[in-house]
Amino acid sequence: MTVKIQEPEQSESKYAETARAFRQNVKKDLANAELRENFHGAMNYLMAKRAASFPSDDELETLRNQCKLIKQRALLKLPYLLEKLESNLQANGIHVHWAETITDANEIIAQVITSKNGKHIVKGKSMVSEETALNDYLHARDMEILESDMGEYIVQLAHEHPSHIIMPAIHQNKKQVADLFDKHIDGFDYTTDVDALIGEGRRILRDKFCHADVGITGVNFAVAETGTLCLVENEGNGQMSSAVPNVHIALTGIEKVVELLEDVPPLLSLLTRSATGQAITTYFNMITKPRQSDEKDGPEEVHLVLLDNGRSQAFADEELRQTLQCIRCGACMNHCPVYTRIGGHAYGTVYPGPIGKIISPHMLGLEATKDLPTASSLCGACGEVCPVKIPIPKILQRLRTESVKVHSGSPDELKGAGSNRKPMEATIWKIWSFIHKHQGMYRFSMWVATRLRGLLPSKLGVWTQVRSAPQLAPKTLHERIQARQPRG
Amino acid sequence: MTELNSQHLRHYPNKPKQVYLYGTCLADVLFPDSGIDAIEFLEQQGIDVIFPQGQTCCGQPAYNSGYQQQAKSVALQQIAQFPLDIPIVIISGSCGGMMRHHYPELLKGEPGIEAFCERIFEFTEFLVHVLKIKLTDNGEPEKVAMHTSCAARREMGVHITGASLINQLDNVELVIHKQEKECCGFGGTFAVKHGDISAAMVADKSASLVDADVVRFVSADWGCLMNINGALEYQKQPLRGEHIASYLLARTAGKKAGETDNDS
Repeated sequence: MTVKIQEPEQSESKYAETARAFRQNVKKDLANAELRENFHGAMNYLMAKRAASFPSDDELETLRNQCKLIKQRALLKLPYLLEKLESNLQANGIHVHWAETITDANEIIAQVITSKNGKHIVKGKSMVSEETALNDYLHARDMEILESDMGEYIVQLAHEHPSHIIMPAIHQNKKQVADLFDKHIDGFDYTTDVDALIGEGRRILRDKFCHADVGITGVNFAVAETGTLCLVENEGNGQMSSAVPNVHIALTGIEKVVELLEDVPPLLSLLTRSATGQAITTYFNMITKPRQSDEKDGPEEVHLVLLDNGRSQAFADEELRQTLQCIRCGACMNHCPVYTRIGGHAYGTVYPGPIGKIISPHMLGLEATKDLPTASSLCGACGEVCPVKIPIPKILQRLRTESVKVHSGSPDELKGAGSNRKPMEATIWKIWSFIHKHQGMYRFSMWVATRLRGLLPSKLGVWTQVRSAPQLAPKTLHERIQARQPRG
Repeated sequence: MTELNSQHLRHYPNKPKQVYLYGTCLADVLFPDSGIDAIEFLEQQGIDVIFPQGQTCCGQPAYNSGYQQQAKSVALQQIAQFPLDIPIVIISGSCGGMMRHHYPELLKGEPGIEAFCERIFEFTEFLVHVLKIKLTDNGEPEKVAMHTSCAARREMGVHITGASLINQLDNVELVIHKQEKECCGFGGTFAVKHGDISAAMVADKSASLVDADVVRFVSADWGCLMNINGALEYQKQPLRGEHIASYLLARTAGKKAGETDNDS
């Protein structure tokens, strides 16, 4: 199933183009009734699971505050903790690599694989590897890379990208998965039974694990104090990918570092309950060293690749830095009315949903992502459930401001700042502001508007495609009150 | 779960003799009845209501569109209209959220800004927590649903105060509709900038209100009401939402909704 894919232009992430197509993607996916039903059902299920796992509002609030502070403390000390992580990992015998761009990360990984003559690679679930488009990069170098998380495996078979950061194939229902297996897996005994489908996938993966030279995984928490890489997973594929092949490469973003080992238990509890409503996942791996001489298994070499890819831009700004508190639970997307309707692919970015709207501008720039910050009713559901209290709606507003401001060219400016500024829109807001800050002007305008109510067209663009036009009142509230009570 | 959050917790003053009313720009030109009804209702509670004629809009549309300077100058114009140290009652949860929770940052450093924001009360919040009102229901038995705007819910706690007022009405059964907590898809300029997504959201919201099998629904936010009512009318559904001020006035006066004595 190795497919040779044309290597993407490395100067820009391939996701910049798909993010620019947001509006077209939305139109297409909104029209797909089956897709909408798949998301709607899955999100309702996940919201109920999360709610059931937090029976006490007080406990949830205490835990959220605690974890927010843990992540904020780590971010406050980020440069120091990254160095400490590096030295402790090295002391444990783990190689540490720094990658500023996605190309840097891919090159580092390819070099490690090549130096070991690796050809067959298994990958546990890693959203950062989606960020770098690692599969495309390695395929282009004749390396076979197989996704071993069941959802990722499905997505890879379908030549798709994950539509959700926790459940990559949530956009597909069991019938679609069965059809996919039927098309791609020889000797598949057609069934739509979920357990049987998973069994089929596992049978194929088991064989691949045994023959893989290199395993690649992500990291959920990198503990600076002890030099420990924590991996949270449910299928055991993370453990297989990190323990069976001779070489394990972990890839993660710089914001995953935490200071202390004791920071991990509250974060883990909040992560799994927020994500899937589980008290804990089936597997929780803590990777500290390569295989020691007295050990029977484990990789001989362990590498960690730490990726920036725009994160330091977010880090540099106190408000936007909160974006990096994210522990990638996916609760914001599960609760987002926009995500639920358009699904994860429409965003065109690696990270969809509310967190995707606020992290992607740092990775792809505000020009490519200009439609994302506005694609929110600012309902606040994401901020309400975020386990580490990222003020997502507030950050969306900030990014809106950044994307319509006058481009100054200052080096401190966000990449793509001002790229969504439209002269017509800016003029409209200036006029709007002028009218609304001059009471006489406002009252005159509204008086005129209500007198001309009969002239209001019944078609008001996109508004009246699904709604009747609102009717202006014959007299304004200002006028009616003035008539009602003597002026004073 | 009550879903109270820290933004809902505050100190409430004793019942005042006088309040200001903030009518909002939408009610001003589209739905003035609800402003008049709110004033009448408050007057029935023995409160003098002052409506400063200089008020225009809270500035939220520009603020949410990223035009901070334009929002700021309009916001400053509002503050100047309310000089007396008395509560400012707002008949819209989202404008209330803007003035209470977003002004402090937008107008950081302006003298007296915190004290101004402390005087902002959403209409139902004011009735429940300041007036500690006891309602007498004089209307016919009926079932209603409630839609709270997201800002009203998350910033102002209207899902609690609004429901507690409806629950005080003996003859009214409050029906919780499916996806009750979910956004109706309005979101100001969002409904125009991303009309397709907004359309999908209001389609689901209106369907779930229709499914609730109620005679009407109430809300404390005209943005949502304009959106949902517009969709229901377009779909030729008889169901409509009305402002909670008008509804409470009608129920306590023993009139059917839409029959208050407004001269328009």
